[in-house]
Amino acid sequence: MAIEARHVSKRFGTFTALDDVSVTVDDGALMALLGPSGSGKSTLLRIIAGLETPDEGEVVIGGEQVTDTPARSRGVGFVFQHYAPFKHMTVHDNVAFGLSVRRRPKAEIEARVKELLGLVRLDGLAERYPSQLSGGQLQRMALARALAVQPKVLLLDEPFGALDAQVRGELREWLRRLHEEIHVTTIFVTHDQEEAMEVAEQIVVMNKGRIEQTGTPRDLYESPSNEFVMSFIGPVNRIGDAYVRPHDVEILAHDDGSATEALIKRVVHLGFEVRVELTLPDGRDISAQVTRANAAELELHEGQILPVRLPRPRVFAA
Amino acid sequence: MVGARGGSVLGKGLLGIYLSVLVLLPVAALLAKSGTGGTSQFWREISNPEAVAAIKLTLIISAIVVLINAIFGTIIAWVLVRDEFPGKRIVNALIDLPFALPTIVAGVVLLALYGKGSPVGIDVAFTRAAIVLALLFVTLPFVVRSVQPVLHELDVSMEEAAESLGAGPLTVLRRIVLPSLAPAIISGVALSFARAVGEFGSLVLITGNLPFKTEVGSVYVFGQIQNENLPAAAAVSVVLLVAALVVLAALTLLSRWRSKHVL
Repeated sequence: MAIEARHVSKRFGTFTALDDVSVTVDDGALMALLGPSGSGKSTLLRIIAGLETPDEGEVVIGGEQVTDTPARSRGVGFVFQHYAPFKHMTVHDNVAFGLSVRRRPKAEIEARVKELLGLVRLDGLAERYPSQLSGGQLQRMALARALAVQPKVLLLDEPFGALDAQVRGELREWLRRLHEEIHVTTIFVTHDQEEAMEVAEQIVVMNKGRIEQTGTPRDLYESPSNEFVMSFIGPVNRIGDAYVRPHDVEILAHDDGSATEALIKRVVHLGFEVRVELTLPDGRDISAQVTRANAAELELHEGQILPVRLPRPRVFAA
Repeated sequence: MVGARGGSVLGKGLLGIYLSVLVLLPVAALLAKSGTGGTSQFWREISNPEAVAAIKLTLIISAIVVLINAIFGTIIAWVLVRDEFPGKRIVNALIDLPFALPTIVAGVVLLALYGKGSPVGIDVAFTRAAIVLALLFVTLPFVVRSVQPVLHELDVSMEEAAESLGAGPLTVLRRIVLPSLAPAIISGVALSFARAVGEFGSLVLITGNLPFKTEVGSVYVFGQIQNENLPAAAAVSVVLLVAALVVLAALTLLSRWRSKHVL
């Protein structure tokens, strides 16, 4: 179901967490709320879930006004940053919780729990306790628990934040596939731009309680609407008022008249890509990104002086 | 490594001597004293009707008191951790007052307040209600202080998760909060019970020590010592000690079993 937040504001004391924010998430979409800490993204998610009350504005889920509906009646599945497992219950009882609260018949609960544990690949761990699970397993249990009640929407707060890099990569991929399978409208909060771009179809970039830009990962990368989005989505060089992506910096073999000279300070090999740290004649430092083949061809090394071209610098109106 | 091991041996030795002097030797002496007249005298002493009445009264009232403590101690801890109100720090400090106050002083205060000529119009002196009141006062901190830190560490998002899964406030309390607090409540109850069984100072004034009515075990023991009937005093003491130990051990096991997966 579609989710709408309209003109939502929220203050905590003197701190403005959200300042007149409006977001629309289409039915069945997978959207990321992306921003640095303190940008208000988690507060917005909690307001949609009903775990926080907005000072102003309203929340509409599936066309139904839910601003004054308590969290327990919103039909929202919420996955917490640290999973919030019920530590005194087994995995089975954790997943069954929502159904048993709804007093569903035992047979139905058993069947549903079994199905969900299969879906999140935790079959065989039903009788374990949360303290006996790894971070990734806890995460999947939390997801199964949220999905058990067949929520209208699924909300995830920094779902991969507390996991190590490898598990995180696997779970991102898995979340994407899961979403394709069950198609429940999903919003997840993250501060990791790579994660947002890899998982989400739509990204809302937030900063200081406001929305900076909304768009597909490609939109945001290729046509950022302001400096914040440009520097938050992907690496960037700032040259005066202009911004240049490192991969747009061209290192040339011969000066064709349009280039400036730059001194190579450091060459960093990152696998397929090579990052070259350069100093321009006016003393400014920038970095360039070239392919491994390109770097080998130019025989890039420290201390070398080479012509460099900076095409397409982007300038944002103040 | 050698140094560390040496230190640990020294530590264990010290612990052993310390515990022996303070706990084990006195208990052994008590057991020895209670057995001086043989088992038949021991049984005779503890089956004396007055002794039986005193022991029964002690155990039943202690049980009532810890039950009240379990409920109100948890509520007080909840308010102190979850609610904000002016003067919270002062209230929090007040909880320890029963520990700080000499129990005999507590007895005097309670007698003045809830005795004959009570300024608040409640006279419970020399009744069983007075025993409950005095014991509630001296055991107040146990449950509060054992629940407070656990409640403080309790992950609020667990309650939010339950709520978002459709649970109402009572269900959250019953299925999430209380099971998480149970080990702490149980251990507070165990300590309260042990304390209540042995309490003397606060009771000796306000209960009037009427045999078969308001005379508790500890006061009975005191009376027997004054009558130079040491075997009787020792025998009843042993019964009180065993009762306290058994309850303490049982509740500790229960608490450990409950907390197996929680902590």
